[in-house]
Amino acid sequence: MATDPKLQTIKGEYKQNPMIPWPFQILRVKRETEDTFTLELQPTGDLQEFQFQPGQFNMLYVYGVGEIPISISGDPLNPRILVHTTRAVGIVTKAMDKLPRGEIIGVRGPFGKPWPIEKAIGQDVVFVAGGIGLAPLRPALYDVLAQREKFGKVVLLYGTRTPADVLFRQDLEHWRSRFDLEVYITVDRAMSGWKGNVGVVTTLIPRAPFDPRHTVAYVCGPEVMMRFTATELIKRGVEAHNIYVSLERNMKCAIGLCGHCQFGPFFVCKDGPVFSYSTVKDLLVKWEL
Amino acid sequence: MEDLKRILVEHPFFKDLHQEYLELIVGCASNVRFDAGQKLFTEGTEANEFYLIRVGKVAIELKVPGQREIIIQTLQEGDIIGWSWLMPPYVWHFDARAVELTRAIALDGKCLRTKCELDKNLGYELLKRFSSVMVQQFEATRLQLLDVYGNRS
Ligand SMILES: Cc1cc2nc3c(=O)[nH]c(=O)nc-3n(C[C@H](O)[C@H](O)[C@H](O)COP(=O)(O)OP(=O)(O)OC[C@H]3O[C@@H](n4cnc5c(N)ncnc54)[C@H](O)[C@@H]3O)c2cc1C
Ligand code: FES
Repeated sequence: MATDPKLQTIKGEYKQNPMIPWPFQILRVKRETEDTFTLELQPTGDLQEFQFQPGQFNMLYVYGVGEIPISISGDPLNPRILVHTTRAVGIVTKAMDKLPRGEIIGVRGPFGKPWPIEKAIGQDVVFVAGGIGLAPLRPALYDVLAQREKFGKVVLLYGTRTPADVLFRQDLEHWRSRFDLEVYITVDRAMSGWKGNVGVVTTLIPRAPFDPRHTVAYVCGPEVMMRFTATELIKRGVEAHNIYVSLERNMKCAIGLCGHCQFGPFFVCKDGPVFSYSTVKDLLVKWEL
Repeated sequence: MEDLKRILVEHPFFKDLHQEYLELIVGCASNVRFDAGQKLFTEGTEANEFYLIRVGKVAIELKVPGQREIIIQTLQEGDIIGWSWLMPPYVWHFDARAVELTRAIALDGKCLRTKCELDKNLGYELLKRFSSVMVQQFEATRLQLLDVYGNRS
């Protein structure tokens, strides 16, 4: 029987109470770039593993500071280590950036709808990531690569601000060396001497090797980038309902109760954060206006 | 020449262009090669040609006082570089440098300019095609200027 209030017994299994943060210990802090870091976390107490699906997020609680939604950026096949990659932009993320190894952080989750990877079986798969948007997509990439034979071509298009802002360099190097995955990286600006591409991520779409009529695309990044990307994918011939985007809105409860994350008729925490572009297209345009 | 003609005919930029104009353009075209690091053109100098990249990569660079040049765009196979030859004062506004060994077709803009003046239909056809390249590049630049990956404030 579960005596710890953080645990609920659901169908005979111990489950985390979604409203109470579970203490996780920081095993490793990895600096990705000047303002972005990855935390590897391990559950404490009775919780042994943390199962999740690619695209889901957790509410991370920095004790005494606040709680924020952050996507899971680790491998879904390794549920013993929970991985989050965060860009330090404000009060909570900057406080999180200062937490050393061994420190405790509260975790509620996993929440939200995942990337629908099953929709891409038998199809080409295109991942388009912008900036920190590579973090929520990485679990989906791991997942697709773990069952690589089920998909057609797999392409990753990744755009970021400058060469110094490139995330997950080790993974990218490894992915680039694979013959069954095409990786294209571009930066918005670089100093003379940079040998890679310069230009926004959308410029990679027209020549990327995939069959648009049989493609499912997963897009994650700033909203403007996702809108331009979806437009370019549609121009190339990908159907809007085969394009998935992940949205961000301020959150509080993360379980569809408080209404903080409302976006038109949707609650991003519960109905998203992953949506088909055809579902949210009109709302995104209105929102930006 | 036959090889050059085939490449130009197959390039989307020249799609549906009248045979007679294609012949004329082929007459203004030549194969060029740039080693890694070599400049295609330099800011402030006379713009008398444009290029169609066959293989390789070219960086469009901007000089910033007291700093190394900033790359604002890279172009590659199939891309067209340069429209300054088309509009006065016919001067390059950027540097273009080969990032790696680059082979391209250079088109003599000075010669085409004169022909466009004489044949307004040819002028219109070329301007229409260049406007489309410019619009694509302006759209990309607009997104770049938004600095979407920067801090929201
Ligand atoms: C479902 C979901 C998943 C997310 N996944 C991730 C993730 O994997 N990694 C990650 O780093 N972030 C992610 N975010 C965004 C993250 O939640 C916010 O960056 C965080 O809440 C900011 O909190 P703060 O207290 O540090 O900033 P605040 O103090 O609230 O904000 C301070 C300043 O930062 C700016 N700011 C706030 N958010 C952002 C942002 N996202 N980008 C740029 N500037 C911002 C604000 O406009 C403000 O100027 C996700 C958000 C959602 C909704
Ligand atoms: S965060 Fe409370 S409803 Fe979504």
